[in-house]
Amino acid sequence: MSPQISAESDHSVNTLLNNSDLFITGFRNTLILFFISGFFALILGTVVAALRVSPIPAMRAAATLYINVVRNTPLTLVLFFFALGYPKLGLVEIDFMTAATIGLSLYTATYVAEAVRSGINTVPVGQAEAARAIGLPFTQTLTLVILPQAFRAVIPPMFSVFIALLKNTTVAAGFSVFEAGAIRSNLSERGEPAMAGLLWVALVFVLLVFILSFVQRKLEKKWKVAR
Amino acid sequence: MTIQASSDALVSLNGVNKHYGQLHVLKDINLQVKKGEVVVVIGPSGSGKSTLCRAINRLETIDTGEISIDGKKLPEEGKELAVLRADVGMVFQSFNLFAHKTILENVTLGPIKVKKLAKATADKDAMALLERVGVGQQAPKMPAQLSGGQQQRVAIARALAMKPKVMLFDEPTSALDPEMINEVLDVMVQLAKEGMTMIVVTHEMGFARKAADRVVFMADGQIVEDATPEEFFTNPQSTRAKDFLSKLLTH
Repeated sequence: MSPQISAESDHSVNTLLNNSDLFITGFRNTLILFFISGFFALILGTVVAALRVSPIPAMRAAATLYINVVRNTPLTLVLFFFALGYPKLGLVEIDFMTAATIGLSLYTATYVAEAVRSGINTVPVGQAEAARAIGLPFTQTLTLVILPQAFRAVIPPMFSVFIALLKNTTVAAGFSVFEAGAIRSNLSERGEPAMAGLLWVALVFVLLVFILSFVQRKLEKKWKVAR
Repeated sequence: MTIQASSDALVSLNGVNKHYGQLHVLKDINLQVKKGEVVVVIGPSGSGKSTLCRAINRLETIDTGEISIDGKKLPEEGKELAVLRADVGMVFQSFNLFAHKTILENVTLGPIKVKKLAKATADKDAMALLERVGVGQQAPKMPAQLSGGQQQRVAIARALAMKPKVMLFDEPTSALDPEMINEVLDVMVQLAKEGMTMIVVTHEMGFARKAADRVVFMADGQIVEDATPEEFFTNPQSTRAKDFLSKLLTH
């Protein structure tokens, strides 16, 4: 019995070791997608959240429309549009990796925007009034007083958004991007067992999410706002 | 006469009206405050005195009428309004210190970002102001670590750091424990003595007697009386004011 199991697990380890090139390239692309999309989603999402609380009705309406349209569309369709629909528009040509990055950024930004907006709502009105009273204009009131406090209040939901983004990157495998989600099919081509490959992929994701959660806890401790 | 008065007034309100839906909270308010004058606004709650105070730096908008500061009409929302607000210091009932910044940073934020002062200069000025209001020791702490009285004194220092032409106080001691009220009032009395133009909404009659040049009594959104503290407290003209004062004195 036991020799069989050890042979089995040896075989799993071999799947990883013999194909480390696939795993390394796959996860490298996953991390590239994650960090670039995450960066742009954070910036765009924050801007959109700021627009949603802007005193100008047209800006609020534009931000609300964007959030409602993109957030209500399945991610697969958003990526479909950028990978297959967008090239037909005859604009600047982009590769699949870029298309996936744009799609993931735009999609994730809507969730970031809603998290930031809920954070803005936790900041007492008096904070903005005090900022305006010392002569700060709207933009600086937002960037220097409101947003720093809003971000501190929404670290847990914000990290949920980024953990979701990390896992959502695997959808890009369906659009010819070789990232972690595509490792299994490439393993199959080499005749490796699919299940062992998937388990290794899942394990690495669990590790990556564990790291994100660790960073989240650190930030929560560091940025606690006492009132 | 009003026209003459308004020409040398630092703060001038002419025919100001404001509604909250059906409620007429400010009814045809005319008020002129000269440079160096200390005006205390008192009245029963809901009389519109806080709204009046907040309208002066446009934290509340008004429906009709005109408010000007140092001869300049309050601009609409935007950069110009921000510039004007920098000249009007405001102290709130609930202190509103920036919760994510240290005491020192609370005081230097305006001078650095609005007045574009160098950080070293702003720090030095801020420390002098914090010493002046008696909380120099607290500079590196966060607002939540301070008592209410200390926080309110920091809020006064924060407003003074902008070197305002006029200071507005919106019930500055109403959220404080009784034993902390005096430390804040002492700072305000000192400020009044130094010639700061002040508009103070308060329930502290002692402060009105001691430091005010004029007492403005409001009821139901109107200015009912406008007199010296001596006249107002010893010989109120209106029944509303007599009624208000008698209620204060029974306890």
